[in-house]
Amino acid sequence: MTGWLGPEEWQAVALSLKVSLWAVALSLPFGIFIAYALARWEFRGKQVLNGLVHLPLILPPVVTGYLLLLTFGRRGALGGWLDETFGLVLAFRWTGAALAAAIMAFPLMVRAIRLAIEAVDPKLEEAAATLGAARLQVFATVTLPLILPGVIAGAVLAFAKAMGEFGATITFVSNIPGQTQTLPSAIYTFLQVPGAETAALRLVVVSVAVAMGALVASELLARRAIRRAAGA
Amino acid sequence: MSLSVDIAHPLAGFDLRVAFEAPGGITALFGQSGTGKTTVVNAVSGLLRPRSGRIVVEGETLFDAERRLHLPTHKRRLGYVFQEARLFPHLSVRQNLTYGLRFAPADAPGPSLDEVCDLLGIAPLLDRRPGGLSGGEKQRVAIGRALLSRPRMLLLDEPLAALDTARKQEILPYLETLRDQTDIPMLYVSHSVAEVARLATTVVVLEQGRVARTGPAERVLSDPAMVRQLGLREAGAVVPATVARHHDDGLTELSVSGGRLFLPAMDTAPGSPTRVRILAHDVIVARDAPTGLSALNILPATVLALRGGEGPGVIVQMQCGDDRLLARITRRSATALELAPGQQVYAVVKSVSVARTDVGAG
Repeated sequence: MTGWLGPEEWQAVALSLKVSLWAVALSLPFGIFIAYALARWEFRGKQVLNGLVHLPLILPPVVTGYLLLLTFGRRGALGGWLDETFGLVLAFRWTGAALAAAIMAFPLMVRAIRLAIEAVDPKLEEAAATLGAARLQVFATVTLPLILPGVIAGAVLAFAKAMGEFGATITFVSNIPGQTQTLPSAIYTFLQVPGAETAALRLVVVSVAVAMGALVASELLARRAIRRAAGA
Repeated sequence: MSLSVDIAHPLAGFDLRVAFEAPGGITALFGQSGTGKTTVVNAVSGLLRPRSGRIVVEGETLFDAERRLHLPTHKRRLGYVFQEARLFPHLSVRQNLTYGLRFAPADAPGPSLDEVCDLLGIAPLLDRRPGGLSGGEKQRVAIGRALLSRPRMLLLDEPLAALDTARKQEILPYLETLRDQTDIPMLYVSHSVAEVARLATTVVVLEQGRVARTGPAERVLSDPAMVRQLGLREAGAVVPATVARHHDDGLTELSVSGGRLFLPAMDTAPGSPTRVRILAHDVIVARDAPTGLSALNILPATVLALRGGEGPGVIVQMQCGDDRLLARITRRSATALELAPGQQVYAVVKSVSVARTDVGAG
């Protein structure tokens, strides 16, 4: 890979991989929890939560990025607190890119997991309770194993989305080579420079391959999730 | 061991208001569909929280609306066998069976995996997945899974309703074995008179969310007042019997408290207890000892009560030894024979009436 890609290009691909992996790993537990709440619980504000989760899908990414900057920037309400308390700076750092990617990919992740949970018959969870399993034990031994392919499908889809995130990322953390220059930012940069089209094209090939691979994988896993919940 | 239920809960169309005691053995919760049977079982299991009342098992209160006590399902330790087996599709049969074991208290008494497999004949299925099992096999595994969770009591909600006749016949003997070889009490929901007659020791009849009748199975099923709930075709008495001997001509002789009965050959060993069901429309009443009759089964009896309906028929209840029989005859015959309570009569049971499927060993 390093032979085929130039050092700057490879840097962008490696950074994107790191950002996307962290984004998916950290948002997955929240994604499962919120998907479960939306699929199984009736509570006040359920539609509001559903709307909030899906908002990044509808909003112009630049708006999401700007809102992140307002909230998590050094002078933002949460950003200042995170910096003082944990020494964690998000604005213009790769950590911020991971946050932006996580938020942009969250709707896709929640959607896939929610579909998997809805395919699990609640009667199985009732049966587990009558056999002595408490709520968390029911989730760990019945629900989670049954939705696992769906969870993986959601994570793969979210990973691909995170790899491609551009608008919110460049608004929130800018486009600093080696620091916040992800794969799409690098393609954008190369396109601005005369004579760098081949570099841009190589990255385009990487992008298309990652996206196609993820889509196929998540489709296969989702089908398996439905078959599995049906008991085949 | 006992279960005591006294609950009220609103249902679509009527209010459920039910109070009964289940002393042990198999207590059948019997009634037409939509009378609230499943609601009662779900309340006992904790899957449903009734609006008011109390549920007590073995002296432990599981639910008490006044004290705002509602023990969660997983702490009640009641095995539940659902109409659909509800096996976990991602686990093998063995893992399904032992699922509840890890949550049960270590000192809770109950059968081992081997014993349960023997009892239900499911040892050959252990390494298979639920998806490949037949309906009857699934239901046997579900019963085993409930048993292995070391429950204080088994709840069975129409466990045979989703199965065809052949599969029902496959499961019924296992339920009888369970009743006779373990001391786990069972609450058995059913709308089938044949099942209740074969299995139940106690019957609680539900009608429109109320307990219409409750008592020992033999008493409740041979009560002429029950004919309406059971339906005319299904009305009949359940009589305990002992297999006396097998005759060479293919008949089995049973002794009942009021005499002897002959049935087409049964494969039960002499001396074993059994139950026969004698349908009301298969019994003829005679004033004098009948002679020159092809029927083999003629039992002396005393008329207890006559109960007429709107049609031309009358239900005659008779005492026969310690048991009660029902006969459905026409009003005209009742008048012609001048039947009245206290009268000595003969109950002629058409031998074809004692159908094989209605005879339960146990």
